[in-house]
Amino acid sequence: MQRPMPPIRGKGLARGIPAVLSVVSAFALWEIYVRVSGISPLLLPAPSRVVDQIAQNRALLWGHTVPTITATLTGFACSAVVAFALSIILDFMPRVRRALFPIFVISQTLPLVAIAPLVVLWFGFDLTPKILLVALVTFFPMLVALVDGYEATDPEIEALLRSMGASRASVFRIARLPSAMPYFFAGLRISITYAVVAAIFAEYVGARAGLGIVILNAKNSYRPDLMLAAVVISSLLTLVLFAVTAVLQRIVLRWRDAGGDT
Amino acid sequence: MTALCIKNVGLSFGATEVLRSVSLQVEPGEFVSILGPSGAGKSTLFRLLTQDVTPACGTITVDGTPLSAHSRAFAFMPQRDALLPWRRVLDNVTLGLEIQGTPRSEARAKARPLFSAFGLAGFERHYPAQLSGGMRQRAALLRTVIQQRPIQLLDEPFGALDALTRMQMQRWLEARWQEANWTTLLITHDVREAVALSDRIYVLSSRPARVIDEIVITTPRPRLDRPLTDSARALEDRLLTTLLTQTGD
Repeated sequence: MQRPMPPIRGKGLARGIPAVLSVVSAFALWEIYVRVSGISPLLLPAPSRVVDQIAQNRALLWGHTVPTITATLTGFACSAVVAFALSIILDFMPRVRRALFPIFVISQTLPLVAIAPLVVLWFGFDLTPKILLVALVTFFPMLVALVDGYEATDPEIEALLRSMGASRASVFRIARLPSAMPYFFAGLRISITYAVVAAIFAEYVGARAGLGIVILNAKNSYRPDLMLAAVVISSLLTLVLFAVTAVLQRIVLRWRDAGGDT
Repeated sequence: MTALCIKNVGLSFGATEVLRSVSLQVEPGEFVSILGPSGAGKSTLFRLLTQDVTPACGTITVDGTPLSAHSRAFAFMPQRDALLPWRRVLDNVTLGLEIQGTPRSEARAKARPLFSAFGLAGFERHYPAQLSGGMRQRAALLRTVIQQRPIQLLDEPFGALDALTRMQMQRWLEARWQEANWTTLLITHDVREAVALSDRIYVLSSRPARVIDEIVITTPRPRLDRPLTDSARALEDRLLTTLLTQTGD
C-alpha cells in the first residue's frame, strides 16, 4: 500500500536526442544541397552563410531585436492580464459571456494582413500598433482556454465545496481557477508562438525599427541571407519564450508531474 | 433528541417524481444506511440535506429544528473521493476547516495527529494521484469527519474501489466508527456493507423512491472479522430479494 514518491524527472536529456538529430540533419541536407548544386546565394543561401551573416551583422540585428522583444512582451503581457481579468468576469456573469463571445470570435476572423496596415495607419509607427496586434492575436487562445478550463471543473468537487458552505467566490478560487490552469497553459503555449510572428508582421507593415524592418530592408535589397538571419533570430526568440512558458508550467502544474499510476 | 428526522418528503424534477413521501430518522450516534437500487434517488436525498435542492413537500428537522436553520449540520462525502488533485493530502484534508475560516496553521495542527489513525501517516505532503484508491478514500473520510459536523453523510464511499480494497475499507471503517461513534447516514447499494455497518437500514424502492422496508440490526460489533451469522445471512437474503423485485425498469 505504501508507495514511494516517483522521480519527477526521467530520461529528459535522452528523450531530446531524436529532436536534435532531425534538426541537425535537416540543416546538413540544406548545406549539402547548396554546395553541391552551386545555386546562387541570392536565391538560396547556405545555413553557414546565414550564420556568418548573423555574426557579421550582430550589432545591427541586436539593435532591431530589442524593439521586437519589447513589442512582443508588452503586447503579450497586456493580453494575458486582460484575458485573465475578463475570463473571471465572464465566469461570474454568463450573460456577459453570451453577449461578448461572438465579438471575440469575430476578432479572430480578421486577416492580420489587412488589419495590420489599418492599425498602423490609426496608431502610427511607434510601439502602440505592435502591442495592439500582438494582443489581438494572443488574447483569444488564452481567454478561451481559461473560460473552457473553468467549465471543466469536476461538478462533484463543486458540490462538495458548496456542502462545506463555500461561497461562489471561494469555489472559484479553490476549485475553478486551479482546474483551469492546465487549459490556460495549453492556450499560453499557442499564444506565445503567435506573439513574435505578430510583432514582426506589424513591424513589416510600418515601423522605425525591429526584426520586421530588417526583413523588409533585406528583401528590398535582395539579401535573402540577411532575411534568413532575421528569421533565425525570430525563431530563437519564440523558442526561448516557449521554453519560459514550459518552465512556468512545470512550476505551476508540479502536481501533475507527481502523478502516480492510478 | 433525534439527530435527523425526515418526514413525508416528496420531490420532483420537472415531470419526474424522484422521492415520494420518504420518512426516516437518525438518532445520535446511530449508523443508518439507505439501501436502494441504482438511480432510485438516494443521492438526491443527500442533495436535500446539503440544501442543494429544496423538497416540494414534507419536513426535515435536525435536532428538532428545521433544516434551514442549520448551515453546518452535515459533513458530506461524495461518491468519488473528489480530492483536489493540485492540493497535497494535508491541504485536502483541511479543506472544510479552511472554508469555515479556520487559520491554515491551526487547521493543519488539528489534522496532523489524525493521519496515523486513517492510515495516512507519512503521506501528508503527497498529492492525491500518488495514493492508492483505499488511501484516497480514507483521506476523503478524514476530510469529512475532521469538520466535526453533527452528522456524516457518506454517499457510496467505497463504490469505486476494487472488491478486496472495499472489504479492507469496510473493516477499517467499522473499527474506526465503533471507536468514535459518529452519527452517520450511509448511502449504498451493497447489501453486505449495509448489514455489516448499520444499526438501522432503510430500503428504498426504485423511482419514485419510497421507504419499503426498515430494519433494525442489533448484532454486536465488530461484525466483519468473524464468520457471517445465520441471522445476518437471512437478513442479506431478505434485503436482496426486496431489492431485486425493485429493478423492474
